[in-house]
Amino acid sequence: MQEILDTFFNPAVAAQVLPMLLSGLWMTVKLAALIIPLGLLGGLALALAHTQTRSRKLRIAINLYVDFFRSFPQLVLVIFVSFATPFIGIELSPVVALAISFMLSTSAYYCEILRAGITAIPPGQTEAARSTGMSAAQTLRHVVLPQAFRNVLPDLLGNSIEIFKGTSLASVLGMSELLYSAQSAQSVLFNPTPLVLAAAIYLALLWPAVRFISALESSRRAQGG
Amino acid sequence: MSQAADSGLIHTFFNADIVRQTTPMVLEAVGQTIVVGVLVIVAGILLGTALATWRFHTQSRVLRALIVGYVDVLRAMPPLVILILVYFALPYVNISIGSVLATFLCLSVILSAFIEECVWSGIMTLPKGQMEAARSTGMSWWQSMRHVILPQALRLSLPQITNRCIAAIKNTALGSVIGFAEILGSAQAASSDYANPTPLTLCAILYIGLIYPLVLASRYLEHRAGIR
Repeated sequence: MQEILDTFFNPAVAAQVLPMLLSGLWMTVKLAALIIPLGLLGGLALALAHTQTRSRKLRIAINLYVDFFRSFPQLVLVIFVSFATPFIGIELSPVVALAISFMLSTSAYYCEILRAGITAIPPGQTEAARSTGMSAAQTLRHVVLPQAFRNVLPDLLGNSIEIFKGTSLASVLGMSELLYSAQSAQSVLFNPTPLVLAAAIYLALLWPAVRFISALESSRRAQGG
Repeated sequence: MSQAADSGLIHTFFNADIVRQTTPMVLEAVGQTIVVGVLVIVAGILLGTALATWRFHTQSRVLRALIVGYVDVLRAMPPLVILILVYFALPYVNISIGSVLATFLCLSVILSAFIEECVWSGIMTLPKGQMEAARSTGMSWWQSMRHVILPQALRLSLPQITNRCIAAIKNTALGSVIGFAEILGSAQAASSDYANPTPLTLCAILYIGLIYPLVLASRYLEHRAGIR
């Protein structure tokens, strides 16, 4: 038992690597703070274009975009964007490569969620708002979008958690976020405690969020919504 | 764009010679991905449904809390972190498992957590009277579960279950990080052997071919669920 504790939960190793892991965590948080808003904005733009346009072609094009990027594993996009672009003479820094590849796919997921939220608002609401003299943009801003966001809040949060977890893929590009820091500490100290600690940090951060979503979903279920 | 530049791009990203040489290797990897993906889905659905059923059946608050804890922990940790933890930490206590087995185990366990959540939410959506009515016809608890509750709960959560299964198949690509030669792993190896991105393009095309039909199927299921 003592041996297992010394191997996986070694306090000396934990104390030694904690500063390194915390700076990794800071990088993870910065990446999430960059990638989540980019995806959300991209998804909102796509969802608005899809629901507001009269052009069938545009809608079909957006559907194709969404399904196309939903079909790729995130890691495949990350690897493709960062390792294939140098062959055509474009050298992207890892952050830019990561941001581009995440934006392509996360905007597709956010678009699906927001589109469902917007189309769930009865058209009568838009007509009523327009008939009071609001412009189309005002109607979206004050009537449709606030309700749409509220309706799909659990899905939006769930998707954002998935993206936060996805920042661990940055380790594959050698960016020193939480997982990468833990892996390098583990290989230098030849002890798995840093990996266990990194997992515990992810858990401490995201467990409350996961709990919150579950509570939100079950309270909505209880209201029959 | 001039024609020379066009053929240059194709020569770089879709070089016919390299496609021909790497296709057998990458096709084998497709087979591996499909086998592991199907096994993960079967194991994840069985385990997840069993956990949801157990959570519904047990009177013990402790057991219920344990199941919820299991689900929460696996939903909160990045799959790549779990995979790396299992693959690189277990050898320190002399348990060493291959990269294929590690990928299968981690992804199955993660999928089971998400499936438990979907099935549980399906069970909770059903009116309480269903179980009572089934029991009053003389069926045992297990018979009612098997013939009345679970078929409906699974049908109700089918769109979410499909999406989680698609995510699980996509996550097989994470196996490449620990050396599982699935599609991405073998494409990366071939790409660096030939110093050419063609295998990566091939890999992207294969994923589209594999997963796009599933995405369309999930869209159809969501659409049907929306109508009902």
